[in-house]
Amino acid sequence: MKLRSAIFLASAAIALAALTLTGAPLLAADDKIDPVADAKAFQKFFRDKFPKVKFEDFVNGPYSMNEDLYRQWQDKEQFPPYEFSLEMGKEMFSKPFKNGKTYADCFPNGGIGIRQNYPYFDEKEGKVITLELALNRCREANGEPPFSYVKDEMAALTAYMAFTSRGKPMDIKIPNDPRALAAYENGKEYFYTRRGQLNFSCATCHVQSPGERIRAEILAPALGIVNAMPIYRSEWSGMGTTSRRFTTCNSQIRAVPLGPQDDEYRNVEYYLSYVSNGLPISGPGARP
Amino acid sequence: MRNLMQKSALVLALFAAGAVPALAAGSEDEFKAAYAAAEAANKEAGKLRNQWTTTANTLTAAKKAADAGDFDKATASAKEAEALAKASIFQATSEKTRWKDLEIR
Ligand code: HEC
Repeated sequence: MKLRSAIFLASAAIALAALTLTGAPLLAADDKIDPVADAKAFQKFFRDKFPKVKFEDFVNGPYSMNEDLYRQWQDKEQFPPYEFSLEMGKEMFSKPFKNGKTYADCFPNGGIGIRQNYPYFDEKEGKVITLELALNRCREANGEPPFSYVKDEMAALTAYMAFTSRGKPMDIKIPNDPRALAAYENGKEYFYTRRGQLNFSCATCHVQSPGERIRAEILAPALGIVNAMPIYRSEWSGMGTTSRRFTTCNSQIRAVPLGPQDDEYRNVEYYLSYVSNGLPISGPGARP
Repeated sequence: MRNLMQKSALVLALFAAGAVPALAAGSEDEFKAAYAAAEAANKEAGKLRNQWTTTANTLTAAKKAADAGDFDKATASAKEAEALAKASIFQATSEKTRWKDLEIR
């Protein structure tokens, strides 16, 4: 799938959507929300589609899809471009706020080795809390201004926290709370919903077309797609967070991105992380 | 009713696909009405959390043409923006159920 031809077809796609609507199948009767079954089917789909890719390699995004790229990636890991951000994150993490407290005071286990548990569902608040959100809340609770969600400091902090959790299997829980199930289901809906003038869903690119090229890039599979966050990207000439990646993916299809950490993005991260349970944290990542 | 809505939405989608016919010479009033309608539709798309960047760009183009006094062009752009916004509303509405077609099961 080439983006350029996709753009030419963009408007036609909408017209087509309108045409096919009349032929939309009736909803299946079993509309029960079943995350366990979802995750099983999701993982099986990718294992079957890419039988040669080792399970734990799915977290390497585009690199898992192409042997030449994979070799490039191994070379890159010798002098990883995220190193600078990682160092900065480490320093920031231990430096006390003006009130003398540190990030460690806001997190379980002092914030070390816990990336795999984010996002989690907060039963008091009734909402999904991502790592980025938790970091800014920590700052605000300690009288510090929040950081931009998309890069720089936020990327550095999440890079460090991911690094201390490398290799740990993603371990997202869905508590027995109807609101948690609803958040999960809304995230799933967001993932599969077509949007933007190009009429693409996240799944159009990351489920139907992983391994294919779009402009100069190779599409990452949706399985384990958030495990490597945050990432260094040459095209950004720098680091980007999960928020940055989600908003960029929306702009690409001519959809106006939502605000970083709006409910939809928090929920879709919850969904994607849950169905990637068991896959190792590999962040921070480097991308072409 | 539902069927009717689908049919009119299809027409709108085709409009958005660039089938908007050339319009008769526009006045400033005509532009203002067209622009207001486009903005209203785009606002509704916003409530559905589904605005398109192209709608915003086309609204900007409409405004620019109006500022330059070219109300023909401004009105045409505003109408195109409205069609785009309506297509995005249609998309958001139909996806409320259609998203399930893509789901891995
Ligand atoms: C037009 C196709 C397209 C759509 C639609 C799309 N993306 Fe992407 N996405 C990309 C491209 C291109 C990249 C960069 C190459 C890669 O890593 O896949 C990317 C990368 C990503 C990455 C980083 C993967 C990695 O390992 O570096 C995440 C996470 C992601 N997308 C999530 C999403 C989500 C969530 C959605 C829906 C809101 C979405 N994408 C919709 C094209 C798309």
